[in-house]
Amino acid sequence: MDKFSVFSSRLVDKSENFTSGHRACQGCAEALAVRHVMKALGRDTIVAMATGCMEIISSPLPLTSWKVPWIHNAFENPSAVISGCESGMKAMMRKGKIPQKKINFVAMGGDGATADIGMGPLSGALERGHDMVYVCYDNEAYMNTGIQRSSSTPYGASTTTSPAGKVSIGQHTQKKNMAQIAVAHNIPYVATACSSFPFDLMDKVRRAAETPGPAYVHVLSVCPTGWRIPTQDAIKYGRLAVDSCVFPLYEVINGKYRLSYKPYKKLPLNEYLKGQGRFRHLTDKEIQLIQQKVDRDYERILRLCEEEE
Amino acid sequence: MATQRKGIEVSIAMADAVAQANVDVIAAYPITPQTHIVEHLSEIVANGELDAEYVPVESEHSAMSVCCGSSAVGARTFTSTSSQGLALMAEIFYIAASMRLPMVMALANRSLSGPLSIWNDHTDTMMVRDAGWIHIFVENGQECYDNVFCGFRISEDPDIMLPLAINLDGFILTHMIEPVIYEDNETIRKYLPDVRMKNALHPDNPVSMGCFAMPEIYTEAQMSREHGVRNSYPTIVKAWQEWGDLTGRYYKPVETYRADDADYCIVTMGSYGETAMEVVDALREEGEKVGVVKIRLWRPFPFDDFRKAVLGKKSLIVIDRAISFGGPGGPVATELRSALYGKPGAPTIVNYVAGLAGRDVSRNDFKNIILEGKAKAEKGETDGFTLYGLRG
Repeated sequence: MDKFSVFSSRLVDKSENFTSGHRACQGCAEALAVRHVMKALGRDTIVAMATGCMEIISSPLPLTSWKVPWIHNAFENPSAVISGCESGMKAMMRKGKIPQKKINFVAMGGDGATADIGMGPLSGALERGHDMVYVCYDNEAYMNTGIQRSSSTPYGASTTTSPAGKVSIGQHTQKKNMAQIAVAHNIPYVATACSSFPFDLMDKVRRAAETPGPAYVHVLSVCPTGWRIPTQDAIKYGRLAVDSCVFPLYEVINGKYRLSYKPYKKLPLNEYLKGQGRFRHLTDKEIQLIQQKVDRDYERILRLCEEEE
Repeated sequence: MATQRKGIEVSIAMADAVAQANVDVIAAYPITPQTHIVEHLSEIVANGELDAEYVPVESEHSAMSVCCGSSAVGARTFTSTSSQGLALMAEIFYIAASMRLPMVMALANRSLSGPLSIWNDHTDTMMVRDAGWIHIFVENGQECYDNVFCGFRISEDPDIMLPLAINLDGFILTHMIEPVIYEDNETIRKYLPDVRMKNALHPDNPVSMGCFAMPEIYTEAQMSREHGVRNSYPTIVKAWQEWGDLTGRYYKPVETYRADDADYCIVTMGSYGETAMEVVDALREEGEKVGVVKIRLWRPFPFDDFRKAVLGKKSLIVIDRAISFGGPGGPVATELRSALYGKPGAPTIVNYVAGLAGRDVSRNDFKNIILEGKAKAEKGETDGFTLYGLRG
């Protein structure tokens, strides 16, 4: 896909449904991801958003960055709120209370809202089979409240509640694999994406929206503030995460895996880790151990996608 | 107009009313004692007798969240819960009111844990007293049935736009078989037409809902909620009046029974009113000048009606169904004391907390409470509260 980038960019919707003027930090790749997702979805969309960075930067009363109908209710419940929106619209259209119209019902949340506090509601919504898309913007910690660890924080990362110390490596648990948990719900569409690969991201969101039934898109969203990298490097680190195979891009359509992008040359993990303040305490030996885990996980994804190494 | 009188379980009658109200979305999670309501609704939907989305959620927290979503798109929305379910959804319960999302909840009142108990009192609803919902307390099956329609009418009124809870006593009402008069669908449609909510979520008219507020606007947002709840009063009274004109069954925010010439009144909320009336009849025959004051509308609190009903009485004996631990008394008595403070002719208040977690309060108990309360009032023992029937 990426080799057609020059042409692809001309096909992208010029209108902005998530407008500028919001209050995200400089270099926020999550806000960029939201912008791309909203371009892919278009105006006939209702968004339910979890409490978190994207909510507070885009909706300080009486201002809003949203050109589509948008609702924020609480931290853990965007998947339940969008279930209600979808059910209400479905019933009213069926009963002739309002005209028929194809609407995308989209829930959004950060990794805390998705993998931690909102896990139950998300699982419930996926199981009930609502015609919805859930987009998780994963910046790998609770950035809004000040970089606290979540279950989506990778092993070895130093955060404000998993600090690296004399007797601690920092985060000492493995990152929860939300995409795989979504796959386990046997839903028709699951994908991983990253805002450093915008055309791939937009393609996937479009496919997710077109799929009848529940779809889940997990977007790695680089956070310069929380990852402690220079703001101008957010796109670079997204690419490094994918090219080092820490975060492989793939789709699972009706249970069938498909690799979206295979790095020309798989970069060593250290390329990705070095320069990130949250990993700077790691020793070569520790990085070596993490590299082994990354290799194993990537091999597994390749096997599932029936790709060769 | 054809009406039909049925001997029916109150939960079933309430579910039938919800179906007659032509709701679009029902979000439901099982919890005793509200289960019969949502079970029966699921049957109605499964049999095609009501065209609605029945969303069997994975928790009460999500039940209320689904209700918020469906109400936000303008769908007529119903849910039901009790006790721990209400506690779990409390977070979203507040948000529903702050976002001015109309919906009706059948709140089958049950005690809160711990210790775990499934039986009836008012500890659950008192927890969310200040959430900004409209709260109605009903006394019998007919009131449950009727107030479903009045509830939607009030909640969805463009001037109100507030969620509304119908508080019915768990088991005492939910599981009771009573005679209930059913109205025909034509009457219901006349009283409760389908309304299209202004500013519902729809791509044709994009709005942002649930924006966050900085301190410079939070206070104003709260004041607008206060106005919303307080100013709903005339609409509520009007909705009840019109229901009465259609059906002959009138409801008022505060109702009295043999209270006009009474020196002492017993004050109740919910199903206790019926027993209280019987006991007052008996005591009247013994020459006691007692009456009953029943509070049907709990939020917005009907100050004027209440004061009009009780100013000039010697004393009120208030039965609470919940404790405020370490506080000044039961929540109802505390509010009534505050409503009367400094008013000329204000009666004193003797407060009893009774019937916690379904402990039976019989006619005899009511009689004891009234007579004992009267004696306490005469001796000036009006502080705090008495836990009636405490053993050991």
